Amino acid sequence: MEYASVFSILATGLAMGAIYALVGVTYNTMYSTSRVMSFTAGQLGMLGGVLGSAFVLRLGLPLVVGFALTLACCATIGVVTEIVAVRPVLKSLDQHLYVLSTLALSLMIQQVTAIEWSTEPQPFPRVFGIGSGVWDEKFWLPIAACALVTLFLEWLQKRTLVGRAFLAVAEDNFAAQVLGLPERNLRIAGYALAGAIGGLAGFAGGELMLAFFANGGFLNFYGFVPVALGGLGNNRGSIVGGLALGLFQQAANFWVGGVFASVAVFVVFIVVLLVAPQGLFGPTTARRV
Amino acid sequence: MAISENALKPATIASLAPFLAIGVVAVLLPFVGNDYWAVIGTRAAIYWVLVAGLNLIVGFAGQLAIGYVALLTVGAYVTSILAAGTVLPPVPLPLCFAAAAGVGALFGVLVGLPALRLRTFYFAISTLGFATIVTQIALAWRSVTGGGVGLAGPEFPPPFNTAWGFYGLCLGAASFATWISANIAHSRFGRALVAVRDADVAAEANGISKAILLIPIFLLGGAMAAVAGGLFATLQTYITPDAFTFDLSIMFFIAILIGGRGSILGPMIGTIVLTILPEAAAPLASWSTFLYAALLLVIVLAVPGGIADLIDFKNRRAITEERMIVPKPALLPQLFAHRPTPAALTLNGVVLAFGGVRALDGVDIVVRPGEVHGLIGPNGSGKTTALNVISGYYAPQEGEARIGGDPLPAGRPELRAGLGIARTFQRPRLVAAETVLENVMIGGTISGRAGFLATLLSLPGRGRDERELEARATRALQAVGLEALAGVKAGRLQHGEQRFVEIARALMLAPAILMLDEPAAGLSSDEIRRLGELIAEIAKQGVGVLLVEHHADFIFEICRHVTVLDQGRVLAAGTPAEIRSHREVVDAYLGR
Repeated sequence: MEYASVFSILATGLAMGAIYALVGVTYNTMYSTSRVMSFTAGQLGMLGGVLGSAFVLRLGLPLVVGFALTLACCATIGVVTEIVAVRPVLKSLDQHLYVLSTLALSLMIQQVTAIEWSTEPQPFPRVFGIGSGVWDEKFWLPIAACALVTLFLEWLQKRTLVGRAFLAVAEDNFAAQVLGLPERNLRIAGYALAGAIGGLAGFAGGELMLAFFANGGFLNFYGFVPVALGGLGNNRGSIVGGLALGLFQQAANFWVGGVFASVAVFVVFIVVLLVAPQGLFGPTTARRV
Repeated sequence: MAISENALKPATIASLAPFLAIGVVAVLLPFVGNDYWAVIGTRAAIYWVLVAGLNLIVGFAGQLAIGYVALLTVGAYVTSILAAGTVLPPVPLPLCFAAAAGVGALFGVLVGLPALRLRTFYFAISTLGFATIVTQIALAWRSVTGGGVGLAGPEFPPPFNTAWGFYGLCLGAASFATWISANIAHSRFGRALVAVRDADVAAEANGISKAILLIPIFLLGGAMAAVAGGLFATLQTYITPDAFTFDLSIMFFIAILIGGRGSILGPMIGTIVLTILPEAAAPLASWSTFLYAALLLVIVLAVPGGIADLIDFKNRRAITEERMIVPKPALLPQLFAHRPTPAALTLNGVVLAFGGVRALDGVDIVVRPGEVHGLIGPNGSGKTTALNVISGYYAPQEGEARIGGDPLPAGRPELRAGLGIARTFQRPRLVAAETVLENVMIGGTISGRAGFLATLLSLPGRGRDERELEARATRALQAVGLEALAGVKAGRLQHGEQRFVEIARALMLAPAILMLDEPAAGLSSDEIRRLGELIAEIAKQGVGVLLVEHHADFIFEICRHVTVLDQGRVLAAGTPAEIRSHREVVDAYLGR
């Protein structure tokens, strides 16, 4: 095997892995403030790419403006998710209606994109225009974005009051309310943050994945695998899980071909779920009785 | 005979009438409709074959399998490939369908495995992932599936090769699907599915193992979906991966939700409506996914109960007010016709710590057959935790629990019922959407003898089980004094009544050990007195009763032995008289 292909697997694998990891963090951020997982997480990743391309290439806005607008729109979609599909069903969490309400919203977003944008993959603008070959920005941008988000979340949780309030709500929602924390506002903020992270994933990965409506469903699944691997609500687990998934997928792609790589990922996903239902890194068991 | 009596009950006729009406319309369709209607009717019938199976998974068991179109795809490709003989020599049509059913059943279980151990969302995602992958494989495995070009569907011989001939065949399949899904729904399996959905903890305590219950359901659902896939391929005459869009999955799902969970008629109407609807809204074709999704959102937010809930007039009628619970303990000996093998329940030095808190710190308790044993103590002293260790929800870190001479398998609550241990819960755990009688019948799940296949095909064993369970449940309800409410949905009962329903459910086991967690809470003083008589009479049948209560007087009156817990330790144990005069107990708990 040639060195070139090793580097190519590493570059593509880590880059895709970083995108999966960020979508995983999106799932986690939504979960931590609401105990609910949302199917809009993958769509936010898709929108990051589509909106970035729409603002910069179609409308011709400067890149920085396009980037800021993309994040703002995705944060708004995050808040819309909370208002439309999450808040109304929080009362009856045990019926799992959120699975259906967020799935419905997710499909609506995907379908509007397909009709109003395009059903074909569209190009994404060059961001900095730095690097070539395996050092091209399309490979390192998602990794850099992933690192930035990780550092930001660590800083938020360790150094700021808002971050600690997030942790408190995630740890024990009820106790946090009793303490007088504005649980609802924190939840909205959590969904806005999740939206921005998802949008960043799509924007940073835009050159790699292009602006394509079907990325939403794709990221819904591949972004959830790291969550399952790393343990629900565990961001570090998701990042490790995401990078591992990306590398595994690219390696399998190289050796056994695309379709069987997907099958391999699916089989690994099911097996891990069965062997370690709480993920490989962090148990979060709910009390039942 | 019992069967003919049952068939003549007005309630049975009323519940069958809508199905007969739909059947009559379906049979008359060829005489009034053209070939266009034949296609629509055939499509509705095929979809129903799939939805009838999926309904048991989604509507009854509450498992959100959202990517079910994948199993339709699998079935369509397996039958088409085998019938065409491009890969293997051509296979006769019935064998093609049998093979499809087998492969579908296999994948149905494979995709369902995560549901046995995991949260709902994980299962939803795994079915979604499966749907994505099946389409990818169908596209890429060109030598077998024809890739994007596709391949021809199987062709049926006369008389099924005309539009109406094939319609007849599919109608037959749909009727069969309705029949088998109804057989399962109205059996101990169907009730257990709903119990898993709405009261999983109680389901385990009644001996229902989620895995053992769901695996045959997943096999069945997968097989039915795959057979539907084969029929779908025939109807399409030519299949490509594009024919199996995710829209279909959503449509199947909406049909069930619109119809209402735990109903068969509702989802059937939903399927028919959703098959006809797109024909009427053809100009909106490109927005169809969006509209389906919007419809799904509206249903979830506005009418989570679906059509079945809207047309359930019977349960809007007011229940008689000022009803009293008057148990008839004299009926108990009938329920305990087969006396439980007497067995003492023993806790030996049980320790259970949550983090640094020792909820149970070396607890010893012995409950002897025929004895009412009281367990009292302040809040947080470990009473309910002790019950949960005995029930198997927690595994003790030290010490052990035994019944008779056998150790109780730690952390396996679903095995307790078989060992003769029954319980009630502090907060009643009933299936609110089912009647009181059905709730009580859940208690007899493990005594059913007809297996899954016998139930599916309604062999004589199923009828015998049903009659026997119903008779026993009626008797248990009479014994606790609730027979007047047998037909009412359990969710409409008052808290105190629900506790008695739980006792009746526990009595269905004819248990050796009965654990009652605060049964007197919220009862009037008359009702408490009658409850005491009932418990005493239950103990007389040879049952060891472990009673957790706050009403100290109640405990001292009916218990032969009392254990007082404090901070996870046994503070005192003895006869009521001894406890009453125990200085520490009086100081710490009873007060003076």
